[in-house]
Amino acid sequence: MNKQETLEAQYSKILQEYMNNQSEQALYAAQQFSRTALAKKVPPEEIISLQKNAMQQLMPDLSPEVWHSFDILLEVMTAYGFAFREHQSLLDTQKELKNEMEIASNVQDTLLGTSVPTVDGLEIGALSVPAKQMNGDYYHFVHDGDHSVNVAIADVIGKGIPAALCMSMIKYAMDSLPEYRKDPSAVLESLNRVVEQNVDDSMFITMFYGMYELRSNILHFASAGHEPGFFYRGKDKEFLDLEARGLLLGVDKNTKYKRYEQAVEVGDMIILMSDGVTECRTDEGFIERETLISYINEYIELPPQEIVNKIFRDLERLQHFQLRDDFTIIILKRTK
Amino acid sequence: MEIQSCVSILNEWDIVAARQLGRNVAKELGFGTVDQARITTAISELARNIYLYAGEGQLCIDRLNENGKAGLRIIALDKGPGIPDIRKVMEDGFSTSGGLGAGLPGVRRLMDDFNIDSNPGEGTDIRATKWLR
Repeated sequence: MNKQETLEAQYSKILQEYMNNQSEQALYAAQQFSRTALAKKVPPEEIISLQKNAMQQLMPDLSPEVWHSFDILLEVMTAYGFAFREHQSLLDTQKELKNEMEIASNVQDTLLGTSVPTVDGLEIGALSVPAKQMNGDYYHFVHDGDHSVNVAIADVIGKGIPAALCMSMIKYAMDSLPEYRKDPSAVLESLNRVVEQNVDDSMFITMFYGMYELRSNILHFASAGHEPGFFYRGKDKEFLDLEARGLLLGVDKNTKYKRYEQAVEVGDMIILMSDGVTECRTDEGFIERETLISYINEYIELPPQEIVNKIFRDLERLQHFQLRDDFTIIILKRTK
Repeated sequence: MEIQSCVSILNEWDIVAARQLGRNVAKELGFGTVDQARITTAISELARNIYLYAGEGQLCIDRLNENGKAGLRIIALDKGPGIPDIRKVMEDGFSTSGGLGAGLPGVRRLMDDFNIDSNPGEGTDIRATKWLR
């Protein structure tokens, strides 16, 4: 009740002040008052009551019609108060959800964490940024001694929580298939069966799986409908599509995936990405692969990690800092 | 001590009668104008739910006196289709998308106590109380 009295006293004072002289200062005081009232979550109907009470004090002799008019105002504002309370309650719920999402996102980082391997002769840069809090893109490295570096990049069609949940499954399916690790087509075929059996029909996953043989410097790869990467031939300074054909994971459990090969020379680069990179939407529509190439070209002399960081920064700016899809880009560069 | 008066809700005009009943009791008990407006808004919502979703029902007003504390209880009763998922209608924002159970969380927030009982096929019993401070 004390709070009410002080609010009432404050309001009355402001009103009186304004009636005496219609100053901007009194109006500013009213604005300050509304800040306090909002902070205290005072609903609008109570403000009407403050006004009426203050008026009764200051000008008790007004005609009855004026006082009756307040009843209508009070009734209308009570409905607004109804909405005001719902808004308050929704804000609280939103705060809770945000906290929960943050925790979930941390859990996801831990679950899906992979470290970029340090390999003599091969420089690797990788960056994955979710559009919302949870990431539906996924990349994973396996460094198999002197033999090979394996890289997986996957993208769930869709984003947010459903995509992220789905990705956790992929990660565990991959972890439980060590014997297949070496052969890209076998990896995709097993994952395809897992996805087909365990994932809702409306959800599809694209994936690129590559095995870089360190002794022969050959990249063996297969793709399940994933956005084609680029192969950069250092000698000719040209970009080629790292084309590989294959059906998305989860469509047909009997899908076979063809294995492709690419010999890698010193100075060559393998550039892998999710469609969040190529479907980066600007004011002029999607960026073209050529445009993307020109961005990559600008930083081509830099170490791979710096290239991916800079490309992300540029494309983020191009989209006015609003990612519409999860964004993942990986670059492998043979240095000797 | 409970004294109950009821209004049958069959059409939209009965909502007005229910409001009038609630306002009279609230005034007699000494509720201020703001609380009167809140109580009648709650009555409106509950009576409208009966009218829209159950077709017919009753809205009763109790005068309460517990341990010297006076209060007003709204009871909304119907034998309509009932609410299969009460938790859902008590979610904010549900009314705007679903239609059923419009504004029940809002009614709960306007009042001090709120209780809902509903079985599909049997009807709904909602009780909401406001205490005089």
